[in-house]
Amino acid sequence: MLTLTSPVETAAHRWPVGAKLAAVALGTALIFPLQDWRLVVGALLALALVYLALGLRFAAHGARMLSGLWPFFAILALWHLWQAELARAVLLAARMAFAVGLANLVTMTTRLDDMLALVERGLAPLRFVGANPRAVALAMALVIRFTPVLLDKMSQLMQAWRARSPRRVGAKIVLPLALVALDDADHVAEALRARGGL
Amino acid sequence: MERNLTHIALFAALIAVLGLVPKIDLISGVPITAQSLGIMLCGTVLGTRRGLLAVLLFLTLVALGLPLLAGGRGGLGVFVSPTAGYLVGFPLAALVAGFVVERWRVDVGVAAFAGAVLGGIGVMHLCGIIGMSVVLGKTLPEAALLAVPFLAGDLLKTVLAAGITRGLARVRPASVLSRA
Repeated sequence: MLTLTSPVETAAHRWPVGAKLAAVALGTALIFPLQDWRLVVGALLALALVYLALGLRFAAHGARMLSGLWPFFAILALWHLWQAELARAVLLAARMAFAVGLANLVTMTTRLDDMLALVERGLAPLRFVGANPRAVALAMALVIRFTPVLLDKMSQLMQAWRARSPRRVGAKIVLPLALVALDDADHVAEALRARGGL
Repeated sequence: MERNLTHIALFAALIAVLGLVPKIDLISGVPITAQSLGIMLCGTVLGTRRGLLAVLLFLTLVALGLPLLAGGRGGLGVFVSPTAGYLVGFPLAALVAGFVVERWRVDVGVAAFAGAVLGGIGVMHLCGIIGMSVVLGKTLPEAALLAVPFLAGDLLKTVLAAGITRGLARVRPASVLSRA
């Protein structure tokens, strides 16, 4: 399955994951209390420079990752134009873009394998409270494997619907999809047990 | 044990699939994401504990960088965006929905509807509105206005969640683990 890691290889791909996550946590914690819009815009520009320093194509990809924020930028613009508090709108919009852009930077420069390894290390102490960290890793692998499988079965169900009904595919299709998921879960559970279980 | 694990994993995948398929018409002609329907089903079908774990598993994979949220979004950025409150609401919604279905021993469809309304609308929007008010710097009533357009669609999804849960209980009674 496709991940959100940027295919454009940058220097930041080789930085250690833990350090990147710590930097994001620190950056996010520091930006929220700032009340001067000039400081926040300055931080946003610095972040943009980091993106640009990692490459032009990488920066363009990063800008596209922020596209989900446009409705909220529009809401802020309309709201604060009406209230005539432009500085506040700039502060809130820049803070939002900075926080999301900073977090995206980690997502874009860290491979899924490295992230999974980090989670497994983080879960290791679960052993001491009687939980099985391997079970969590297996569950994550199952989701990664079964999301495309279920998507495939969903599209088969939708084709079957279209072949039989003049109406468009409706929400009723979720019932057979849930049945497929439940049956697959039973089959996989049996297969796991047959191979010695967890 | 194995069965618990695979049910949790497969329902986490179901949440993802419902968010990635945009072509279902909930109201004819208006494509709404069915992702929150998946959250409600996790609670009403799997029950409190497994439903909660399925949603947490789903969110972990989103945080690790898989584009599983509606519209192909994901990564760490979504957890600090204005909609982050809804992501906090996801597991709590499944938990509340599952709790209601497990504890309120009426017809499973009625209990699932009540659970879905309480968890999938009440808890979900409460968390979502708090999140939007923090990130967008608005008061709670102002942020609540932003959530209003989604209420009609969400009410429809609770009806669907109730119908699907009752349907599953009829065709495969053992599979509705919240009542098993």
